[in-house]
Amino acid sequence: MTESSAPLARTPLWSRHRDAGARLVPFAGWEMPVTYSSILDEHRAVRSSAGLFDVSHMGEIRLRGAGALELAQALFCNDVAGAELGRVRYGLLCLDSGGAVDDVTLYRTGASEVLFCVNASNIAADRDWMHELHARTKSRCEIRDESDATGLLAIQGPAALEIVAKLVPSGFVRPKLWHFAETRLGSLPVLLSRTGYTGEDGYEIFVDAGRAGALWDLLRDAGGERLTPAGLGARDTLRTEAAYPLYGHELDREHDPIEAGLERFVAFGKGFTGESALRARADAGPKRRLVGLVLEGRQVARPGFKIASSLGDGVVTSGTYGPTVDRSIALGYAPAGLRPGARPHVEIRGKLLPCEVVATPFYRRKRG
Amino acid sequence: MADREYEIPDDCQYTESDEWVRVDGSLARVGITDYAQSELNDIVFVELPEAGRQLEKGDAFGVVESVKAVSDLLAPLSGEIAEVHGRLSEHPEWLNEDPYGRGWIIAIHPEDLEAVDGLMSAVEYRAHVKARAGK
Repeated sequence: MTESSAPLARTPLWSRHRDAGARLVPFAGWEMPVTYSSILDEHRAVRSSAGLFDVSHMGEIRLRGAGALELAQALFCNDVAGAELGRVRYGLLCLDSGGAVDDVTLYRTGASEVLFCVNASNIAADRDWMHELHARTKSRCEIRDESDATGLLAIQGPAALEIVAKLVPSGFVRPKLWHFAETRLGSLPVLLSRTGYTGEDGYEIFVDAGRAGALWDLLRDAGGERLTPAGLGARDTLRTEAAYPLYGHELDREHDPIEAGLERFVAFGKGFTGESALRARADAGPKRRLVGLVLEGRQVARPGFKIASSLGDGVVTSGTYGPTVDRSIALGYAPAGLRPGARPHVEIRGKLLPCEVVATPFYRRKRG
Repeated sequence: MADREYEIPDDCQYTESDEWVRVDGSLARVGITDYAQSELNDIVFVELPEAGRQLEKGDAFGVVESVKAVSDLLAPLSGEIAEVHGRLSEHPEWLNEDPYGRGWIIAIHPEDLEAVDGLMSAVEYRAHVKARAGK
């Protein structure tokens, strides 16, 4: 068991997790529920009905002022100016080298305001990077870290929209995918975002930290049997099946969005930090690429395991048993020539296990 | 999790690495404890040894993998592997569902059956679990 000397932070929902019998583990400096009973059951509940996640450990940083969009454009590899009010966009904050400081979502909350939702492990690094670019661009805006004051819940799965629909004001039109609305659930003011990290439809819901507990209770009451509290364990298996990157695994300062297969989130030509490096990388073609692997059997390829191929070696960045696809799946960096259909090996405890490179995502929900 | 009650049957002896041993005639049947399966959470893969293999106490004789972790299985006693529960390969979830029953993993023909008495009793093992769960 790993022990950290620094005390772990707790989200506003900590006591609810404890009372529910959750297994609480350290994650990015927070004491978070990894599961309430069974990771597989929670995973399946999200795919078949709905799951409720506490992701209040994630960070929220707001840029506000006449120069907010200018600074956001310099920071964010996806386009900001074209994102209308109410729009959410995924993208990365890149170094000059193109390496990823973080992968984030951007909320266009005002004419001269954006909100970034960032990874818990990167809040301080993101803030520092924002201040550095603020100094470079001399943009006139304020950078406000609202992480501690903000709770974040995610309700995900085919029943999520119906459950939330019970709680919105009458006449409320639900936001489209990748959009958000500021509204109330019951009496609680929230920012309701039609986004997620599971491969299912649903919402991520920002709320004042002081009201996060009330929101959790409200959603659980509205969801009843159809809504299962789900921990970070299921969140990880769900996002791996959907082949969403996780910072620290698929992305870090040594890996860029081109290598990670995230070109569609890179808006070349609009001007952002790291653009020229990424342009060069895209033009030359990256030497390594993030690939999806399906293993034979049910052994799990863990991060750091070697991918051995005739074109050279690579490394696994995430791997799990995929409960919905019922296969052992992994993501990893491999030589760029390794395409879907290729059959490299993964080295697991000294043995080479056959696997196949496949197109991702591993799981895609049916849209209805 | 400190208040969760783990099943720790009195008719087994236990290792510090969370295997159980139950004497079954001249054999010592071996599995992982309720605490171990609970810590691992959903088990998705078991690597089993071949019958006939000689084990020294403490040897890794197999592997269990859950969604979130991998754990070696360590021999609680020296002896020869007499039986292997082969169906576990198809049903790793039995380790979660019934760790002391359908989830048994191997039976060892021990060099010295009395060595079982040197392992932890249920009472001792309960204290061992408590010491870690309460951390």
